[in-house]
Amino acid sequence: MIERIIIAGFGGQGIMFLGKFIAWAAMRENKFVSFMPAYGAEVRGGTSHCAIVISDKEIASVAFDAIDTLIAMNSPSLAKFVHRLRSGCELFINGSMIDNAPKIRGAKVHTFKFTEIASELGNARTANMVALGAYLASKNLLSLKNILKLLPEAFKNNKKLQALNEQAIKAGMNLIK
Amino acid sequence: MNREQRTEDRGEKVLLSGNEAVAKSAIDAGCRFYAGYPITPQNELIGYMAKNMASSGGIFIQSESELSAINMVFGASASGVRAMTSSSSPGISLMQEGISYIAGAELPAVIVNIMRAGPGLGNIWPAQSDYFQAVKSGGHGDYHCIVLAPSSVQEAYALTFEAFVLADKYRIPVIILGDAMLGQMMEPLSVHSQEFIVHSKKLRTKSWAATGCKDRKPNVVKSFYLNLGDLEKFNLKLQRKYKNIQQKEQRYEELNINDARIILVAYGTMARLAKQAMVSLREKGLKVGLIRPINLWPFPQKIFQRLAISDKRLAFLVIEMSYGQMLEDVKLAVNGQQRVEFLGRSGGGIPTEEEIIKSSLSLLSS
Repeated sequence: MIERIIIAGFGGQGIMFLGKFIAWAAMRENKFVSFMPAYGAEVRGGTSHCAIVISDKEIASVAFDAIDTLIAMNSPSLAKFVHRLRSGCELFINGSMIDNAPKIRGAKVHTFKFTEIASELGNARTANMVALGAYLASKNLLSLKNILKLLPEAFKNNKKLQALNEQAIKAGMNLIK
Repeated sequence: MNREQRTEDRGEKVLLSGNEAVAKSAIDAGCRFYAGYPITPQNELIGYMAKNMASSGGIFIQSESELSAINMVFGASASGVRAMTSSSSPGISLMQEGISYIAGAELPAVIVNIMRAGPGLGNIWPAQSDYFQAVKSGGHGDYHCIVLAPSSVQEAYALTFEAFVLADKYRIPVIILGDAMLGQMMEPLSVHSQEFIVHSKKLRTKSWAATGCKDRKPNVVKSFYLNLGDLEKFNLKLQRKYKNIQQKEQRYEELNINDARIILVAYGTMARLAKQAMVSLREKGLKVGLIRPINLWPFPQKIFQRLAISDKRLAFLVIEMSYGQMLEDVKLAVNGQQRVEFLGRSGGGIPTEEEIIKSSLSLLSS
C-alpha cells in the first residue's frame, strides 16, 4: 500500500495543519509516513500546499509526481496540481471556492461545499476538517477512532475547539454515501 | 513542546522535521551553546533552538552574521562547552575561515549544513553540491572535518548525537551534511531513552579547555605557530590524528552487494531514491546493489577497495544531486579497477527513480 496525498489551498485554510494531522494519525497507526511542506517564498494569502506519503513499507521519496489523493481547497491550487492527476486517483474538491471540477478519466471526484458546511457548523476555518472527514470515509485508510483520540492533543485540551473539529470531521464523513 | 514531551515519556514516536530532529538531538547530546543566523531551508533548526535552548540551561544567540556565529562557537568550545551552529550553503561558505581556525585549534564543534542549490545565492531547493566544500575542507590549510550524511529524520537525530561524541573524542569539527529535503520533511522519530542520554552526557574532562587557571598552568587555545618548525610539527600531529580517524570511522550501509553486477552509490536523501530504484530493478530479476556512505569524510574507502579487486566485472553508478563530487572519491577508491559511471542533477533538480532505472539498464546492457 502506498498513498500519495497533496493538500492545497490558500494560506489560512489550515492546509499545513491538516497535512501534519494526517501524518500524525498515520504515525500513531504505525504506518510509514512522511510530510513535506511547500517551504518556498510563500506569500501570505497565496497558495499553500503539502505532500504526505503513507505506506506499509519504508518510504523512498517524500517527493512524488503522480498523485493518489488531492484535497483542493481553492481554484488556483487545483489548477496547480491538475496535470499530476492520473486515472485511479481520488479528488476532494471544495465546491465553495471551485466552480468547475476537472474531468479526469478514471478518477473519483467528490465535490462538496466544505467551507459553507464548516460555516454552518460555526467556524469556516474548520473546512479542512470537513474535507478530512470526507477523505476518511471514502478512503478508509485511517480510523476515525484514532483520529478522535488525537484531537485533545492537537487542540491542547481546549474542549470547545475539540468539539467543533470533531463535529466538522463527522459532518465530512456523512457526505460520503 | 509539552505535547512532544508527554509523548516521549510514553516511549512513543514523535513527528519532527529533519531540522527539528537535529536541534533536538543536539540538546539531548548536551549541546549548551548555539549561535546561528537564519537562512532557508534550515530555519526550523534555529527556531527549535530559540524556543528550547534556554529552558534546557543553554545559551541561544541569533548572531548578526554567520561569521560571528562560527567564531562564537569557537569561543564557547574553547571554554569546554558542547557548541553548535547551523546554516545553509551560502552561510556555510561565510563560515569557512572560522572552521579552519577551529580545526587548527583542535576544538570540538558541530556545524550543520542543510544544503540548498548553488552557486551563489542559488535557490532554496535540495542539492548536494557542497560535498567538495565539506569533505575537501572549504577553508585554508591542511585540515579535515568529520562529515556525516543522514538520510532520514531518525538518522539525523542519531548522527547529530554521534557528532558531538566524535567531536569531543577527536577534538575536531564535525559537519552534518543534509539537504533541504531532509531538513524540511517530517517523519516519525524515536528519541534516545533518558538513561542513554544521561549516560552519554557524562563528558570526558576537557583538560585543554580555557576554564580559568587558578592553581594550574594556563591553557592556551590557538592555531598560531610563528616559530619555524613548530607548525610543521603540529601539522604532522594533526595528520596522525586524521589517519587514525580514517582507519576507525568508515560508516556506510550496504545492500545486496554480494551478487551485484551494478552497485548504486548515493548518500543522504538521494540514497533513498537509489534504494527504491534498486528494489524495482531486483523485482525485475536484475542484480543491483547499493552502497550508502554515511561518513563522507573519512570516505568509506575499504568497501570500495575490496569490491574493486574482486574477479568479476562490476560497475558502480554514482548518483548525486550535483554534477559529480562524491564521484571523485569513488573513483579514487576504485582506482581504475572497475567501471565507474555517473548520474547527477543539480540546481534543485533531483535524479528520479525512472532516470536511475534507465541508467542502470543501459549500464547492464553495455
